[in-house]
Amino acid sequence: MEKGKNFILGVFNDEDVLVGAVSKVRKAGVRIHEVYTPFPVHGLDTALGYNPSNLPVVAFLFGLTGTVLALTMIIGMLGFDWPMDIGGKPFIALPDFIPITFEATILLASLGMVATFLIVANLKPWGRPFMFDPRSVDDKFVMVIDLGNNKIDKESIKTLLSDNGATEVNLKTIE
Amino acid sequence: MQVTSPVRPPLVTGGKQIPDVTEDICRQVEGKPTKSWLIAFTASVALLLYGGYCLWMTWYEGLGLWGLNKTIGWAWDITNFVWWVGIGHAGTLISAILLLFRQKWRTSINRAAEAMTIFAVMCAATFILAHMGRPWLAYWALPLPNAFGSLWVNFNSALVWDVFAISTYFTVSLVFWYVGLIPDFATIRERATGIRRVIYGALSFNWDGSAKTWSRYEAVSLVLAGVSTPLVLSVHTIVSMDFATSIIPGWHTTIFPPYFVAGAIFSGFAMVLTLMLITRVVFKLEDYITMEHIESMNKIIVLTGSIVGIAYITEFFIAWYSGVPYEKYTFINRAFGDDYWWAYWTMMSCNVISPQLFWIPAIRRSIVWTFILSIIVNIGMWFERFVIIVTSLSRDFLPSSWAYFSPTMYDVGDYLFTFGLFFTLFLLFAKFFPVINMAEVKAIIKSSSGKKTK
Repeated sequence: MEKGKNFILGVFNDEDVLVGAVSKVRKAGVRIHEVYTPFPVHGLDTALGYNPSNLPVVAFLFGLTGTVLALTMIIGMLGFDWPMDIGGKPFIALPDFIPITFEATILLASLGMVATFLIVANLKPWGRPFMFDPRSVDDKFVMVIDLGNNKIDKESIKTLLSDNGATEVNLKTIE
Repeated sequence: MQVTSPVRPPLVTGGKQIPDVTEDICRQVEGKPTKSWLIAFTASVALLLYGGYCLWMTWYEGLGLWGLNKTIGWAWDITNFVWWVGIGHAGTLISAILLLFRQKWRTSINRAAEAMTIFAVMCAATFILAHMGRPWLAYWALPLPNAFGSLWVNFNSALVWDVFAISTYFTVSLVFWYVGLIPDFATIRERATGIRRVIYGALSFNWDGSAKTWSRYEAVSLVLAGVSTPLVLSVHTIVSMDFATSIIPGWHTTIFPPYFVAGAIFSGFAMVLTLMLITRVVFKLEDYITMEHIESMNKIIVLTGSIVGIAYITEFFIAWYSGVPYEKYTFINRAFGDDYWWAYWTMMSCNVISPQLFWIPAIRRSIVWTFILSIIVNIGMWFERFVIIVTSLSRDFLPSSWAYFSPTMYDVGDYLFTFGLFFTLFLLFAKFFPVINMAEVKAIIKSSSGKKTK
């Protein structure tokens, strides 16, 4: 986080009041930097105008990779590299290969999607996140507005927030 | 915005508000270990050490220390393996299938149930390694050129499918569980100081709770739940195929996959109940794990228990209806033979008769009854696997090699090892990790708490 930047924090006590306030604040032309909540609030991402995540597509592509890899591996090993005559049955016995193909699909889809999620959301075990208000992982819903990113003056944003149900409006300067 | 019927009883009682959730769940993570925890932990570690000695001896001396003989080549090892894997089905069922069905009561129990799943699968894996005799060669089950020549593992074998199924299930469950833990670790991090802040800071993966991350988190949870649902059903299906694809009478039946899956859920829910009934009292979580949760789980037990009961009866009927003399003999021998009738009737009374008591609301809502029956169910489910495995093997195709299985102290000791492992890990989890998913419970407080928020 850059030093010297100024933010207004609107603190809310209730998730439904928050979602309503987000829509109203955006309608008034104020750009919201981000909202921090202790739990996933239903409808907040649409109120903020976020696009739905593409992670399910990532999962599908990783899953497809798993399917192809597993089938190629098994067919290559048992069908071509070292065919085994088991009671005269076909070397490429597709139904027998489905369970492992299925498991590989699930494994790659899950691991690939979670790894992508950790990377895009910048979740990593080292470093320390910047918390605007530590209470946002406990019981408060915190709407953060970047003053440098908004043309509307400080006082009217403050009034807008308290009019829309913010229980506290705080200023925060990055030190 | 969620609409909840006013007649529906609250899922969180005691008029809890959002800050109370943080406070109540973090309390036991932050406090000093209680006396009862220390006693339980010491006992588990003692069990683990004694079991560890037996397991070491099994590996050092070889499988000759077990009571196996020429006829009965699988006994307690595979019984215990299937039993533990079955128990390991409840966690992912609760967190994945109940998430897809939008069952909100899962939120208070999914964390501990998933932890239980992971530990149970680790116990099951112990027996996979142990029954190999030479566990240091376990990697031979992977698709490596056999003995580094060019002969591969046989992908037509259900046992090879099992290697993939169990390892995938373990990995995906672990990842699912950990992703859910990240937001709660962040909550603990912000309350902690000193070295604990550093540790929980690393565990919380820089979580800041931004709306964008939550939106992605929700997408990940939903997809993980979607892929875990067929996964959890596939695992016990494949375990059942270890038996069903063989030609042993009593194993060679097409009913096995659904029958095993229902049995797995049945025993898994029973184990969740056993653990949760203790946890809620020890950690004073009665407001989060309420009578509604216990009753809901008991209803699933009566459903799956009835499926298991019908499966037993169907198996018996088909043995007669098929007209196969070996199949008929096997089933009559199981129930009325001299050797194992006691195991069969233990199984029948524990699994078929006892869960039917849950039709009575007073029993379903009684903590003492639930606790007793949850243990009885797991005894019954252990005997189910024992009956299937040992009775079928004991009557070989050649009557001169018919045999009886008696366990040795190493069979018992290796089983005790997994109990030690399971309870040690569960107690460590219960002490140092949030046992209830705080973020998910906070999300239902407004719609499902006893008292309405302002």
